[in-house]
Amino acid sequence: MGDTPQRSAHAGTGGTGVATSHEQPAGASARAAERFGNPGRPGGDLGGGGGLPRARAFGAERAFRGLTMAAGTTVLVIIAAIAIFLIAKAVPALRANTESFWTFEGWFPNDDPPKFGIGALAFGTVLSSLLALFMAVPVALGIALYLTHYAPRRLGNGLGFLIDLLAAVPSVVFGLWGRDYFAGPVADLSAWLHTYFGWIPIFGDGPYGSSILLGSVVLAIMVLPIVTSLSREVFRQTPTANEEAALALGATRWEMIRTAVLPYGRPGVIAAVMLGLGRALGETIALALTLGSTYAISFNILASGGNSIAANIANRFAEANDTGRGALIASGLVLFAITLIVNITARAIIYRRREFTESAA
Amino acid sequence: MTSTLTPRRPRPPAQPATLRARRLPAYAAPAIAVAALLLATGLVYGAGIGGPVLVVVLGALLYLVGLFVATNAVEGRRSARNRTWSALIHSAFVLAVLPLASVVWTLVSKGSERLDGNFFGTSMNNIGARDANGGAYHAIVGTLEQVGIAALITVPLGVLCAIYVVEYGRGRFAFTIRFFVDVMTGIPSIVTGLFVLAFWVLIVSPWFNDGRPSFSGFAAALALSVLMLPTVVRSTEEMLRLVPAPLREGAYALGVPKWKTILRVVLPTALPGIVTGIMLAIARAAGETAPVLLVAGGGAAINVNPFENNQSSLALFVYQQAGEASKYSPARAWTAALTLVALVLVLTVAAKLLARRNQLGR
Repeated sequence: MGDTPQRSAHAGTGGTGVATSHEQPAGASARAAERFGNPGRPGGDLGGGGGLPRARAFGAERAFRGLTMAAGTTVLVIIAAIAIFLIAKAVPALRANTESFWTFEGWFPNDDPPKFGIGALAFGTVLSSLLALFMAVPVALGIALYLTHYAPRRLGNGLGFLIDLLAAVPSVVFGLWGRDYFAGPVADLSAWLHTYFGWIPIFGDGPYGSSILLGSVVLAIMVLPIVTSLSREVFRQTPTANEEAALALGATRWEMIRTAVLPYGRPGVIAAVMLGLGRALGETIALALTLGSTYAISFNILASGGNSIAANIANRFAEANDTGRGALIASGLVLFAITLIVNITARAIIYRRREFTESAA
Repeated sequence: MTSTLTPRRPRPPAQPATLRARRLPAYAAPAIAVAALLLATGLVYGAGIGGPVLVVVLGALLYLVGLFVATNAVEGRRSARNRTWSALIHSAFVLAVLPLASVVWTLVSKGSERLDGNFFGTSMNNIGARDANGGAYHAIVGTLEQVGIAALITVPLGVLCAIYVVEYGRGRFAFTIRFFVDVMTGIPSIVTGLFVLAFWVLIVSPWFNDGRPSFSGFAAALALSVLMLPTVVRSTEEMLRLVPAPLREGAYALGVPKWKTILRVVLPTALPGIVTGIMLAIARAAGETAPVLLVAGGGAAINVNPFENNQSSLALFVYQQAGEASKYSPARAWTAALTLVALVLVLTVAAKLLARRNQLGR
């Protein structure tokens, strides 16, 4: 009851500290006006809300506030706990490792002496994610532009709804589709690419099948709805005045998009791409089903092979002993660190953008 | 509009017949498309470098080039760029729809093979590689229990956290929480699985289980709740921010304490939006495979008790069946995938429809 209600309108915008709001009575703001009205009168401090009951030290208000604060703190505790427990379980396995964790190409943590290295896995993770983004981002931006600026409004909304639904389809379904159905066409494509573009080093020789190419195409199809729906939101927020001004100056529709929509949406699109990258880096099951699970650093994206940190965890978990689990947890820690960096960067871009739009409004 | 207005020009420029700029006729685009396809067919089969797919791809490229050249000649460069980009954007849409439609088609055609009572009524217990039967009853039970427990953990925690951030939180601490909630959205699901493996299965659960690590449905629920938490917090936060300030102020003016205002005024107003967010989070969690794979154990028998012994889930069932060598397992995997997608889509569609009826809107 003792809290000042006036700030509720600006909830979340910061302001004075929590402690001061407790000490002041509810009518604190009225006091100044009273003093202004009767300048000569002494003891004006008793006016306004001074007559209200004081805030109780242990009331329902305090209890509820404490409860919500505890819930808020849980988030920080969980993030810290993830890091702490992963490190705690990873360190013994890393100590037992007899090869370099960063450069050794292979995964034999269950042997005695244990040997495992994350180099090839991290390489495969980054390569497949980047390839997937390379394929998905232009298409996703095209769809987002189509939905916001080309399609009729009703059609655009309906298709946008459909894209959101596709973002909800579980990854194991895409993985199953990639392995059971899509592997054939990709193998044909691989053979064709090798025949006619074999002089480019990445289009090496076969055997074709569960290759990096297959994995990253499946990954691209999965990332596509996410990047599309995020950048669609961004493009939709372009101020109509900017678009109309461009059109009124005689710009064609593409010129309008290039001069009004794209510059306005650039930070949002960058953030969407980074979030898509985060999703692609951490994708597990689809890659576990479509990659060949080898431990070699190779730029040949057509041959069977390739691996990623997350897929390796899914594939090797069942057979892992104590050290094996520790080794997998260590690789998960590296993945956690990579995605954390990518996500923090993306969020920092979004937050900077948010301040910019708020100050401009 | 006559040459008398421009006396300084040595020669009056050729005036167009009308005020409108010259435009490509309406039949030009289809004509270019047909010509491009014919040319592509000739090139591909003449040189013997591919099949019908290559014809379409090459035809599309030739169409783009032809469109640009023709428009450039008739309407000018700006218009040519406009048309080419427009064609590119439309083709991006077609390019994306094809694989997605293929996924849906494969899912429905292969998934309907085992869509029978036996699949939903039996488990995989004692089903060998040569048995055609076997179903996902145990997996469906597992999914429902794990997601239910995860929701029981996450919903109070997430809503309270959002209330703190929106209503009470001030300054750096609240900002930190918001920032890390956002960062948490991007944590890979397998990492949350590893976290629960390291924390619950390997360290805490041996206390209750005679010193042996215990894989259980509850551990999977813990991992799923770590995944759901940021989604719930974010959506609740946004909904709470949409509640109009006058509603709160009216309650304060009547002397209602802040906590009661939040519980009786703010939360009921935002409720439809909050429920939407929770349902989306549940849908996402129901489709997760990786964390369940690491901590649930994945048994083949029906296990109704989430706190003891191995449990499976629908997504995990799909993954396990996909890896099995039996000739009957692909059909089981596809049917389970179809069931899973149906479950997730029903939840998602219901959530989105609820969001449309939300009075707060955007």
